[in-house]
Amino acid sequence: MQELLPYLINGISVGGQYALIAIGYTLVYGILRLINFAHGDVFMVAGLVMVYATTSMPFYIALPLVLIATVILGFVIERVAYKPLRSAPRMSLMISAIGVSYLIQNLAFYITGGVPQPVSNPIPWISENVTILGASTKRVTLVTPVLTILLVVALVYLINHTKIGMAMRAAAKDFETAQLMGIKINAVISMTFVIGSFLAAVGSMLYFTNYPSVAITSGGMPGLKAFVAAVFGGIGSIPGAVVGAFIIGLCEEIIKGLGYTTFSDAFTFALLIVVLCVKPTGLFGEKVTDKV
Amino acid sequence: MTMKKKKTIFTAVVLAVLLAACVAVDLTLPSYHIAVTVIKKATVYALVAVSMNLLNGFTGLFSLGQAGFMLLGAYAYGVLTIPVAKRASVYQYFDGGAIQFSLPEIFAGFLGDTVGSTVGMLLALLVGGLLAALMAYLIGLPVLRLKSDYLAIATLGFAEILRAFFQWNALGPITNGSNLLKSYPTFAHATPYVILAGLMIAVILLLITSTYGRAFRAIRDDEVAAEAMGINLARHKRMAFIISSFFAGIGGGMMAMYMGTIAAAPFKSTLTYEILLIVVIGGIGSITGSVLASFLYIFSSEWLLRGLDSGKFLGINSPIFKNGFRMVVLSVIIMCIVLFFRKGIMGDKELPDLLDRRSRKRKKEAAGK
Repeated sequence: MQELLPYLINGISVGGQYALIAIGYTLVYGILRLINFAHGDVFMVAGLVMVYATTSMPFYIALPLVLIATVILGFVIERVAYKPLRSAPRMSLMISAIGVSYLIQNLAFYITGGVPQPVSNPIPWISENVTILGASTKRVTLVTPVLTILLVVALVYLINHTKIGMAMRAAAKDFETAQLMGIKINAVISMTFVIGSFLAAVGSMLYFTNYPSVAITSGGMPGLKAFVAAVFGGIGSIPGAVVGAFIIGLCEEIIKGLGYTTFSDAFTFALLIVVLCVKPTGLFGEKVTDKV
Repeated sequence: MTMKKKKTIFTAVVLAVLLAACVAVDLTLPSYHIAVTVIKKATVYALVAVSMNLLNGFTGLFSLGQAGFMLLGAYAYGVLTIPVAKRASVYQYFDGGAIQFSLPEIFAGFLGDTVGSTVGMLLALLVGGLLAALMAYLIGLPVLRLKSDYLAIATLGFAEILRAFFQWNALGPITNGSNLLKSYPTFAHATPYVILAGLMIAVILLLITSTYGRAFRAIRDDEVAAEAMGINLARHKRMAFIISSFFAGIGGGMMAMYMGTIAAAPFKSTLTYEILLIVVIGGIGSITGSVLASFLYIFSSEWLLRGLDSGKFLGINSPIFKNGFRMVVLSVIIMCIVLFFRKGIMGDKELPDLLDRRSRKRKKEAAGK
């Protein structure tokens, strides 16, 4: 148990970071029925911006800048790559998402020169080492779950108790009827992307504080895993995504702790396939029947 | 002459000219020349793109597992063809590996050197394809029940699992763990690649024009209606998945041949995305389009746009032309195609249909007069 403890603490922390990304997937899927393949790359870009910004300016300017830049990126992606395809078949939308992911990665390669950018103490306080129950870890590991829960509570409040939240729920329920009821659907969708990117940026700052560098492919794996978390929890459901993310983060770190690091990635996908075959609606998802 | 006859002759002439051009390139240019490299790489991509089109374009199953099946084919080819004498150095961390035979050498024993080793190499490719097909059968059992985006993500997941599995140290005596497989025989010239890929694509084309192909298209257009017409959905989907994976496996083996070394790293989801985007550029549902797009894509990324990376393009020097810029330009072009020319280069037309359009135009002109 004592040996597994650091892995458990890490698991909760990684789970929190996955949760922040997973919400972006689940919100977008809920409304557009689109797997936003570019979301993992938005996450990576946030990490890169953080590296560049924190090395050239104090962190209290740099961090808001990262958030703003990521939100703008998410907004622009939606407007340029997804909005023109609103009436197109779903496959075109997915292909467009894959194209955006490809473009962002190539652009990042061009800007960074393909060299992983080293992360050096971007945010002073949270990257200090602390000892908890005899296990040494960075403070960010403890901050992540708390911050995640706070943000999720705020988001749930936003969705359940504000006007824009109600519009989002309506759009997720029935896209066309929501439009007929006078909801400005484009504004709602943009808002979804803004929220998703904002949370991904927060997740990215926490995630990369724990890593030595940001490479252009760094976004792929966390992105896919967060997606699996969203599916596991029941896609479209925010509590589901959060619970799914924590479970996946924990399982992954436990597998690493048992010495099967090679399979920690494979486990996530195995879980995905099992979930899709046994209970495609996930833990908290609603059942949808296909109409002919 | 009837239209059909005209079309056959037209297709045959175009193919013959292309093959002759390829042979000419092989005879005049050394095998390390960029033109030969481009032809090799493009034919491999063309084969995999066509196999993906069979699944995504003709059957409407949005699968993203192509890289995984290519990985299987590539490893099968490498493992079965490394000469026995070189195994000790390739598998230096695994005591020379568990497999101590090499197909090309076995066949060279009783068929003569050239013929024997070629047969051995082809057989290794075939084994790779069959392995990929077998894996597709197993994966298909649970996965093919899923629809559209769930299917995409599940197949993507399977490809990632396969990749992790091949890098596992316990499988090292066969796969060499995370080390390279190398020193296996390859075809030096481009013509064998073109002939091989051409034959495979011809087989896929025959399949698509058969009753099975029509069933596939019916499933793509409307699953419920297809089932009502008596098409066994599960059986046909499984068949399309297995056949597509078989050819992806062979494509993977050819990719190994082209690359000269095998590692699990290049077979990431990015490879699948690249091939999917090629299919989209060519036109989803057009074999000719996929082949054409593969050549265009590889030609521009490997040759035409090289200048964008090295500082000089079309005689213009600019500091923005540095490493990686050509891929940025290429992906912007791809995004434009995805957004504004959703039909791609060929739409769902094939090579012989090009004649149609011209003659229709002529007819219109004649009617106008």
